[in-house]
Amino acid sequence: MTSVFLETPRRLVDVEIDGQAVRVPEGATLLDACRARGIDTPTLCYLENLTPVNVCRVCVVEVEGSRTLVPSCSRTAEAGMNVHTDSERVRTSRKMVLEFLASSADVSLASADVRRWIASYGVDPSRYGSPAPDAGAGERDAARPGEHHAPAGDAAATVGQPVKVDNEAYVRDYSRCILCYKCVEACGEDAQHTFAIAVAGRGFEARISTEYDVTLPDSACVYCGNCIGVCPTGALMPLSEYAMRQAGTWDESRQTVTSTICPYCGVGCNVDLHVQDNTIVKVTSPLDSEVTHGHLCVKGRFGFEFVQRRRREE
Amino acid sequence: MDLRLTAKAAATDAERAAVDEVLGPPPSQWEGGARRAQDAHQAFGGHAARGRRHQLITVLHAIQDKAGWISPGALDYVAERLTVPPAEAFGVASFYAMFRTVPPATGLSPGTVVHVCDDVACQVAGAEALCAEMTRRFGPEGADRVPTGNGFHGAGVTWQRSPCLGKCDLGSAALIQRAGTAAPRRDLAPVTPDAVRDALAGSGPAAGVPLGVLVPQLSSRTGPGFASPDIAASPGSGPVSLLRRVGRVDPASLGSYRAAGGYEMLRRALRLGPQGVIREVRDAKLAGRGGAAFPTHIKWDAVAANPVRPKYVVCNADESEPGTFKDRVLMEADPYALVEALTVMGYACGAEQGYLYIRGEYPTAEGRLAHAVAMAREHGFLGPRVMGESFAFDIEIRRGAGAYIAGEETALINSLEGKRAEPRNKPPFPAQSGLFGQPTAVNNVETLLSVLEILRVGGPAYAAVGTPGSTGTRLFCLSGCVPAPGLYEYDFGVTLRTVIDGAGGVAGGRPLQAVLLGGAAGVFVGPQALDMPLTYEGTRAAGATLGSGVVLVLDDTVSVPALLRRITRFFRDESCGQCVPCRVGTVRQEELVARLAGPVSGEPGSGKPAPLGSVAAELALLKDIGYVTRDASICGLGQTALSAVESAVKLGLIGTDFTGTDFPGTDSQGV
Ligand SMILES: Cc1cc2nc3c(=O)[nH]c(=O)nc-3n(C[C@H](O)[C@H](O)[C@H](O)COP(=O)(O)O)c2cc1C
Ligand code: SF4
Ligand code: SF4
Ligand code: SF4
Ligand code: FES
Ligand code: FES
Repeated sequence: MTSVFLETPRRLVDVEIDGQAVRVPEGATLLDACRARGIDTPTLCYLENLTPVNVCRVCVVEVEGSRTLVPSCSRTAEAGMNVHTDSERVRTSRKMVLEFLASSADVSLASADVRRWIASYGVDPSRYGSPAPDAGAGERDAARPGEHHAPAGDAAATVGQPVKVDNEAYVRDYSRCILCYKCVEACGEDAQHTFAIAVAGRGFEARISTEYDVTLPDSACVYCGNCIGVCPTGALMPLSEYAMRQAGTWDESRQTVTSTICPYCGVGCNVDLHVQDNTIVKVTSPLDSEVTHGHLCVKGRFGFEFVQRRRREE
Repeated sequence: MDLRLTAKAAATDAERAAVDEVLGPPPSQWEGGARRAQDAHQAFGGHAARGRRHQLITVLHAIQDKAGWISPGALDYVAERLTVPPAEAFGVASFYAMFRTVPPATGLSPGTVVHVCDDVACQVAGAEALCAEMTRRFGPEGADRVPTGNGFHGAGVTWQRSPCLGKCDLGSAALIQRAGTAAPRRDLAPVTPDAVRDALAGSGPAAGVPLGVLVPQLSSRTGPGFASPDIAASPGSGPVSLLRRVGRVDPASLGSYRAAGGYEMLRRALRLGPQGVIREVRDAKLAGRGGAAFPTHIKWDAVAANPVRPKYVVCNADESEPGTFKDRVLMEADPYALVEALTVMGYACGAEQGYLYIRGEYPTAEGRLAHAVAMAREHGFLGPRVMGESFAFDIEIRRGAGAYIAGEETALINSLEGKRAEPRNKPPFPAQSGLFGQPTAVNNVETLLSVLEILRVGGPAYAAVGTPGSTGTRLFCLSGCVPAPGLYEYDFGVTLRTVIDGAGGVAGGRPLQAVLLGGAAGVFVGPQALDMPLTYEGTRAAGATLGSGVVLVLDDTVSVPALLRRITRFFRDESCGQCVPCRVGTVRQEELVARLAGPVSGEPGSGKPAPLGSVAAELALLKDIGYVTRDASICGLGQTALSAVESAVKLGLIGTDFTGTDFPGTDSQGV
């Protein structure tokens, strides 16, 4: 939980969720209300430290009187709303959203929460047939809006494509991308204000891209890694982690996490050092840190090599 | 904002000139100009700089029209001029089908692209044969090449298939994008490879914007009861008629429009006062004609009553629903009426600025509207004192760039702001927070012209036309297997049979197989629906929809599965890609329909179907896909993306052949 500063008291709003009365402060979302009730509500594009973009639709709930389901992550609770979070409609749509994603992107490295929802909603991506072969390098990036090759239907289209490894800080494996927009938000208005990446193209060929798909070193990227910090699927990954996974040496069960303060500057960001075999393998920052809200700069996130270098020289 | 520009090559002089023509010369080095002594001491940025972002698409059009593509150098220059990060500007450029972000084949710049419609109505009229002929003459679709033979010589030409170009009554249609010429966009219909060749060789009729020519230049065909041979429109016969001036006034002449009673309705509105206008619209029970049938007065009232200023009014002239051409005919034939109607809307809503968002595929209509707006301004019908009264109002025309989704009102608003046309989540509705976050009302062309008719006859008299639930008249876009396709106006209440008979019945006396009502987002109905009244309530009761007034008539020879393949391709192409249900659902629907329909001759990429499980399993899957897209998508595109296919299944037009039995090859492919 994020710690809450006491503000001027807000009016309270009464809503009913699954038959139970819930009281939330005015301005709270239905997701806030669900969580206050302890209802496990899946979310993919929502994150506490980002502006809701409400695009993934996995958090939908049924509000009586509304023609369609509504995204709980962004819909403000209104007095008298009658909400259902576990109706047939809600379960079907959530399952289908997860199934669509699992059938079109590689979700094997998604967070534990995501994998739990995939299991509990009974997702079966094989219903759409065997996955189509991956696109070649740059093929999806060259897609033109409003055009595609009509399929024969014998295979399920995916976003599969080669991993982009073009810099020393992190890799972009867009075969895992579910287009949740989080990295774009973190790179832009919600944190970094660098705007190195954006959503390009449209439809199923919509993708996260620099201008003209130039490499990250050629782009405006400053390697803060804040996009990595918010990515829910492992599509964005530090090169250190990627290399160990490729080598088969990445083993989270052997990792410990040490919370400390970044030594570089006076801001004093909270950092979590992920350590395997007495070596730092990754640095993150807790989302609920009041200093960082989960965001760091290039030094805090990637500048840990000196620690292990010095040890080696001794 | 600190922009990092990354292009290896700077914009060419021509590209810079194209941008500067829209934005004026750059005032400082910060905005891409030459370095001046004071630039080192002056900060630049903030709201004023970022506030020009909304011109992004206008500027991209200027570059595309001049250079044939948006080069990295040109994009960087735009980024500097408008303070937009290059990645974001690229995201916008790569969203719209009329912008190209790869260069035309080497040495052939600037490029020419011929978009040939192969959408539903043109399919029925023989688009596949036309496309085959285009391939024979101009090479395979999408390939950049210099055509030889047939006497054609010229720079690189690419032809490609296009979604509906709004000329569905004419049997075939093309849009030619020809960079670096005086007519960078040009619409042709009907079209043949020879017509394309002549247009490219410059020997065709004068390009683009035939102004100052009298009515018979209208690019449409006669319906019954009309004197001029070139007009498709048949006006309603009762007291209300949207098409009353079509074919009777000169679209280039304000004088001709005024002689036909033009601007009397604005005069009347100014006498009634804003509330009086809204009262008439409410009494008329006018429902929006853009597809959603929302009561117009509620929107107007909400914007008028909103204390926040400024407010905006927007005319939605993005008409892209396959099979629809009504707004185009109205704009080409009677452009001043739309200018007047939008002015009335601005007056009623308390707005001083109106935007007219017209699809980029309508250069003729756009040219006539631009002329009409300029003339209206010159004669005091727009400007600081409209008709001499203390009411200031002006209109800016904005051009779409090839995106069906931009017709969704919140996507349209984003597009006006210079963004990707991604719909917004509602609430908040545009009346609360629309263009630039301000109160905004958006209405369709036909809706606005209906308001002029309401003012002419009075709200109650208008409401007396039609049925209690559907008042006034409605335009129907007749196409497909009828002898006289075209635009027809009827008082609400007519049956489907009457409307089809009005266009001459099913051509050749063949049996009717089905009718596609309301466009790609609509539904198929069978012959048993012929006596259904084409009203909101009548279609709703039958589980159908009027949508944008499309009536595509299909005789027994038409392959509905082939049409369904085109429709499912359309939705996959036109989904903005923002939300999962629609982005992936439209893909899964297309794959599924490909399996059910089997290969379709001439269709790109069509191969052998490879069915999954039984037809029953496929239909269950279809049901689930329909469920989530309808219930969880952000906007109407996803929510209606499966209705055509679902209705076809219900009518047994697809998915019946193998019912109950397994597809061959189930085991190897099985789930
Ligand atoms: C995918 C999609 C495309 C649309 N395209 C158009 C269009 O081209 N023209 C139009 O007037 N309305 C279109 N609409 C409807 C608009 O969102 C909006 O309802 C309409 O412009 C409101 O005007 P009205 O009340 O006068 O009908 C579209 C809606 C959707 C969901
Ligand atoms: S590392 Fe930082 S600057 Fe680079 S793309 Fe990610 S968020 Fe943007
Ligand atoms: S890369 Fe990750 S954060 Fe970015 S859109 Fe894809 S899944 Fe989301
Ligand atoms: S329903 Fe489709 S078009 Fe509409 S917002 Fe979602 S992805 Fe975009
Ligand atoms: S979490 Fe609410 S829409 Fe994605
Ligand atoms: S112009 Fe071809 S379908 Fe409309």
